[in-house]
Formats: sequence, structure tokens, C-alpha cells
Amino acid sequence: MIELFQANADLFFEGFKYTILSSVLALIFSLIIGTLMAIFQLSENKIIRNLAKAYVEFFRNIPLLIIVMFFYVVLPLYGMPFDGFQAGTIGLTIYTSAFIAETVRSGIQTVPKGQMEAGLSSGFTYSETMRYIVLPQAFKIVIPPLGGQFINLIKNSSILAMVAGLDLMYQGDLVANATFITFETYIIVGIFYLILTLPLSYLMAYLEKRWAVRG
Amino acid sequence: MDFIGAFSFVNLRFLLDGLQITVAVSVLSIVFSFLIGGLMGTLRFANIPFFSRVLGVFVDIIRNLPLLLIIFFTYFALPQIGIRFNIFWSAVVALTIFESAMLSEIFRAGLNAVPKGQMEAGLSTGLTYVETMRTIVLPQAFRSMIPAIVSQLISLVKDTSLAVIISLPELTHHARIIYGQNTNYVIPMFVAMTLSYFAICYVLSLLSKYLETRKYNY
Amino acid sequence: MIKKTFFSLLVLVAAVFSLSGCKSGNVADLDILETSKESNEIIWGVKNDTRLFGLMDIPSREVKGFDIDIAKAITDKVLGRDGRATFVEVTSKTRIPLLKNGNIDAIIATMTISEERKKQVDFSDVYFDAGQSLLVKKGSSITGVDSLDETTTVLAVKGSTSAVNIRKASPNANILELENYAEAFTALQAGQGDAMTTDNAILLGMASENPDYELVGGTFTEEPYGIAINKGQENFLQAVNDALKEMHEDGTYDEIYEKWFPNDDTGKVK
Repeated sequence: MIELFQANADLFFEGFKYTILSSVLALIFSLIIGTLMAIFQLSENKIIRNLAKAYVEFFRNIPLLIIVMFFYVVLPLYGMPFDGFQAGTIGLTIYTSAFIAETVRSGIQTVPKGQMEAGLSSGFTYSETMRYIVLPQAFKIVIPPLGGQFINLIKNSSILAMVAGLDLMYQGDLVANATFITFETYIIVGIFYLILTLPLSYLMAYLEKRWAVRG
Repeated sequence: MDFIGAFSFVNLRFLLDGLQITVAVSVLSIVFSFLIGGLMGTLRFANIPFFSRVLGVFVDIIRNLPLLLIIFFTYFALPQIGIRFNIFWSAVVALTIFESAMLSEIFRAGLNAVPKGQMEAGLSTGLTYVETMRTIVLPQAFRSMIPAIVSQLISLVKDTSLAVIISLPELTHHARIIYGQNTNYVIPMFVAMTLSYFAICYVLSLLSKYLETRKYNY
Repeated sequence: MIKKTFFSLLVLVAAVFSLSGCKSGNVADLDILETSKESNEIIWGVKNDTRLFGLMDIPSREVKGFDIDIAKAITDKVLGRDGRATFVEVTSKTRIPLLKNGNIDAIIATMTISEERKKQVDFSDVYFDAGQSLLVKKGSSITGVDSLDETTTVLAVKGSTSAVNIRKASPNANILELENYAEAFTALQAGQGDAMTTDNAILLGMASENPDYELVGGTFTEEPYGIAINKGQENFLQAVNDALKEMHEDGTYDEIYEKWFPNDDTGKVK
């Protein structure tokens, strides 16, 4: 197995790079979109609230593959070309944002209502109270599950392999086909993923224990 | 885009065949992984020296790997050490392995959430460990686990689409075959796939909300 | 706690390493000719997305094509009239792993005989002569392999000789490898690449259904198709070759060829 790795190290690392890049990009944008959707769901405006709810429910209940294929196969047919990496990353972003919206929303709602009331009665506006009082508390509650979503994101980034997205899974595939030594190749790919996900997983478990809300 | 042609009787029947496989794989996987995952979660909770720890590491590793990799591995790599499944069973086995690991964690968390006093009370009343688990702890743990379990089931249904990579003849695969033979069918097929998955998953999520609010008589 | 977890991780890693050591030698030991006679079944790996060779026919839910018919005829000759030919879908990428793993008995899937592949598998006699070509949208500026450079992207299929050959023929072009022909063609239609490359016979099948696309540049390689059989299966290989010879002698081969390629003799093996 070591020789296999050394012979193809450049391919593995190339894929590793793209996996990380895709995951980080998707994380940043899905956090932004997800948080926005969470806030919209709690808005006073009925239309905004329902639109946000629809967005979240829709993207949480369809497979990631379909979202990615939409960007890779459908849109280009109508003039908007996306390559494998782009389609995969955008798909990942949209898909994850729906889950993050749910996580952040329940985080915000876990913050005692009294906080919002106190803020408003102290003269802050709704958005100011959100920004300075509610959201900071919400984020602490929400970090461990968000960490979980990031781990899911990294795992889901393997979807790039299905649209020639040049990621770790795609490269591993190419190596497996070229050498026919599928067993060791996929073990190596697995180890690469574990390097990313296992530490995060243990970190989140640790944080969860430390920040446990005393009930 | 040609909706009429895309949804001809022949094509619809082909799609339904695919949907049948999607449902079959999902149901088999959830049943097996419920049993295996439940067992593993309980064993981890029971804290058997050394064994629970190794099981724990095993579960953590599976949970942190992409499902796509596990599917590949089951169909393409396992035969190299003598374990061979056909396409259908490879998908079921791969999904079961992954979901068992996920469910084992849900079980463990659910069991941990039950107040320790329950176990102590049961044991001090003369029940054995297993009996206490079975009649007192597990039922209570179960109630809190239901949303998480249904959520995993929803993920499972969506994840069956990943098995196209090993040519599992499920919904997504059949839809692809149809639009692969005629570009005008691309959008209709996407609509069909999206609606089908959404319908199943959304209904399941409503079921979950219903089960959550139902009052349990204890 | 960290020490204990590390230790159990070590145990698992050791287990994995030792597993990879016990590679199954059993597949090569089983004589396929014998086992297929016992089960009265030969499992063929075929394409499902290649017009004229192996294409899923939706109304009948069966896969149909030249490869399929040849396989059925060979099964007839080897096992007799009531022998069963079972078809498993493969792609250029998955076919050899599946053969070596024992999931299928033989590959008949537009597979070119090459020296590289002969190291991994044995091939039967040639049953079709193809050549590699390029498929482009009508009106494209690409006229052949020479038009390809670093500004062009060519779509190929993972695991095919075409992918390897195009890299040799146009080392500067960008190559993207997709899972199978259908996906590669969909990608071409979506503009993910400027041209698609594989065997002319396969491309002709696509062009016949999609008049906006055409083949350019003729063929720039020779691609003789053979049936791939795992190493160590001399009996089965002999049986297959004998069956092919019989099919040439009694006209079955010509019949099947005319059925699928009535206007074109270029692929026929004399």
C-alpha cells in the first residue's frame, strides 16, 4: 500500500486540495445563506417567513446529487455553463445552507425569549438586539451542531467525483481504475478523509461537553 | 423540453421500476441498520471494557467517511478479499453499514439522556441489567430518539441516489437513462426526480413532527 | 482516554493492513467453464448506454445491441440452447475490476484489445474493428486531432483506451473523464467540453440520434474489440473462441452484423 501511495501521491494530494477548497468555500457561503434563512424564518413579515420556510423544506428533502446535476447538466443546456468543481461546490452550498438554517434557527430559539424582550425594552431595535444579544448566545449553542454540519459537508464533497470535479474521490477513482488495486486505493482515500473529519468530530464532542448548557 | 413525450406510459413505468428499487433498498437498509445500530449503540452505552471502546472507534471511523466511498468499497474493493455482493445487495450492505454507525450514535445519545436513576431503580428492584434496559430504559430513550431516527431515514432515502455510481437501477439511474436518450427529456426528468424524492422525504418529515407531539401514556 | 482510543485505532489499522494481505486467490481457482455449465448461466458485463452495441431499451426494460446478440450466440454455442445469458451493466471504468473480482464471467462491452490490458486480462479473437474518432457539435472549429490544443477540452470516459490515446495524440489538450458515454455526451451537449472522443462506432450511434453532432477527422487509431476473460481461465477462453469460429462458419456472425450495421462493412471481422 505504501508504494501505491508514493507512486500516485501527487494525484491524491491534488484531489485533497480540491476537496478542502470546495468544502471551505461551501462552508463560508452556506453559513451566510443559512443564517440569513434562519433569521428570515423568524421574521415578522409573513411573505419572507414563508419563502424562507419553503427554501429550507425544499432543499432539505431532495438529494444532493440532484442539486449538483441541475447545475452540471440542466443549466448549461440553457446557456449557463458550470464545470464539475463549480457545480459541485454550488450544489453543496445550497444543500448545506438549508441544514444550517435549521440548526441556527433552533439555536436562536433556544436563547430565552427574555433576552429579546430585555433588549427591546432597553431601547435596542430588533436587528440590534439580534446582533448584540441574541445571535452571540445562539452561536455558542450552535457551534457543535454546526461543526457536525461541516463534517457532513466534507463527506458530501465526495459528490464532486460524480461530475468530474477533480476532488479526492475523483482522483482516487482514477488511480483505482489505472492500477486495479481498488482495495488499497480506497483505503488511502478513506484515510485522507478521516484526517479531515475525525479530528473535527472529536473536537465537536469535546466542545459540546464543555459548553453544555446546565439545565 | 418535451413533457408529454417524457412522461409516456413506457417511461413512467420505467421510472416507477426505479422508484420501487429506491424504496426497497431504503426499507431493507433501515430495518437492518436499526437492528445493528441499536445493538451497537446499546453495547457502547453498556461500557463493556475494551470491547465498547474498540466498537466506538469502529463506529466513529464509519461515521466520518463519505457514504460514496463506502458504496464504492463494498462493490469494488471487498471482492478482492473474497466478499462479493451483486449490485442490489452491495447498495443495501453499504447503506446499512453507514446508517448503523449513525443510528448507533443516536441510540447512545438517547440512552444517555435517560436519567441514571431509572437504571439504578430498576436494578435495585431486582431486575437484571438486560431486563431493566428492555422494560424501563429503552422505552424512555426511544421517545427522544424518534425525530433523529426519522431524520436518518430521510437521509437514507436521499442517499440511495448515490448508488447510481454502481449502476443500481433506482430512480435517479432510470431518469438518467431516459434523458440520456433524448435531451428534450432532461427538464421533465429532473422535475419527476425532484418531486418524487421531495414527496417521500417531506411526508416522512411530517410523520416525524406528528410522532413528536403525540402524547405517550406512561 | 486519548491513549486508549489511540490503542484501539492501532488495533483497527493492523486489522485493515492484514486484510489487504489476504487477497482472495479463489476467483482464479474456479474454472468458469465448469461453474457456468453447472449453473447453466454465463454472466456477461455489457454496456447499457451505447447505441448499437449495448443500450437499455426502455419499453422492454432489456438491454439490446450487437454485443448482446454476440454474447447470446456464444452462450448458445457453449451451454446449448437452454443456456442463460445474464447481463450486468458495466462501464469502461468498472468492467475490469468486476471481471477480476468475479462479479462477471466475461466482458463484451466495446472493449479494445491493448497490450496494457493484456497484462491484466486475456482476450478472445477480434469480433469487431473500430477506430477512435472525435464527436463535435456541427459548426465547431475542430476538424480533427490536430485542432486540439490547450484551449480545447476533450471529454472521455474513465478507464477507456480512448482516454489514454487522446492524451498521447494531443498532450496539450484538457481532458475530462466522465463515468460513462451517456454522461460524457450529456456533458458535451452542456458545453462542458469542445469534443468527445471514443470509438467511431459508438460515436456514430450518438450522431445518428442527434443530428446536431458529427464525427470529424476520421479515425486516428485502430480499436479491435475483443471479449475479455480473466487470466487463468484457458478452458473458458478456448470455448469462447471456438464458439466465435463456429459463428463465422455457420453465418451467425454475419447475420448479427447485418442486423446492427446494415450499411457499413468497416467493422466486420472476416
